[in-house]
Amino acid sequence: METVTAIVFYVLAGAAVAAALVMITQKSPIGSAFALIVVLCSLSAIYGLLGSPFIAALQIVVYAGAVMVLFLFVIMLLNVRSEEPGPSRGGPLGLTALGLCALLLAQVASVLLRARIDVVASYDASSARVAQELFSPRFLYAFEATSVLILAALVGAIALAKKEL
Amino acid sequence: MSELVRHALVLSALLFSIGALGVFLRRNLITVFMCVELMLNAVNLAFVAFSRALGALDGQVLVFFVMTVAAAEAAVGLAIVIALHRKKDTLNVDAFSLLRF
Repeated sequence: METVTAIVFYVLAGAAVAAALVMITQKSPIGSAFALIVVLCSLSAIYGLLGSPFIAALQIVVYAGAVMVLFLFVIMLLNVRSEEPGPSRGGPLGLTALGLCALLLAQVASVLLRARIDVVASYDASSARVAQELFSPRFLYAFEATSVLILAALVGAIALAKKEL
Repeated sequence: MSELVRHALVLSALLFSIGALGVFLRRNLITVFMCVELMLNAVNLAFVAFSRALGALDGQVLVFFVMTVAAAEAAVGLAIVIALHRKKDTLNVDAFSLLRF
């Protein structure tokens, strides 16, 4: 791996992990949302490093743009200040969750660090190629089904958010 | 490039674990929801890394579909959050136990 690419990757990965940890420890939802935006932007840059400009652009536009604006909009609409005090999730339940997540991470990491990963030399994931793949007969029906899904989600969201349910 | 792909996959596992931990530990409904988004993004990173390793574009197309479904899920989920907040006046997940056995 080229040194510059490696350094850029580790900086981005460190930023993503740090922001993710800030996100789950932050008390206020607004802070969590901004931390998540940092994670999403770092991931977008990592997609660029992995040679996927189309997905990198989509990540910024769809996730960091549309979805996170929706989250911030709802947080501000509901005026959520911070987590309400209540029975803590710490103690045995929290420790069990921590243990399970550590186990999951250890399993995946041990497999990945030992596996041999062969990477093909030439790789072209330009927007044109991805679009060609997307509109090929293999994925055409799935693509059309997505538009129906979005329509259903649109109607569902409007119906759910109405004054009287 | 092989090391880059490997470390991207480790990063993906790390982000997924952090997201799962957040889902387990947090009590605010919106924060839990954001942790689910983080887990979806970790899976997307694995798709892109494997797409790069195998030289096939199927991973990229799958990421596209995951993003579309996640956007639809966010719209419906946040509408449900608004409806729940209107009913109970709280976002604490422990307050919503109607379906609990």
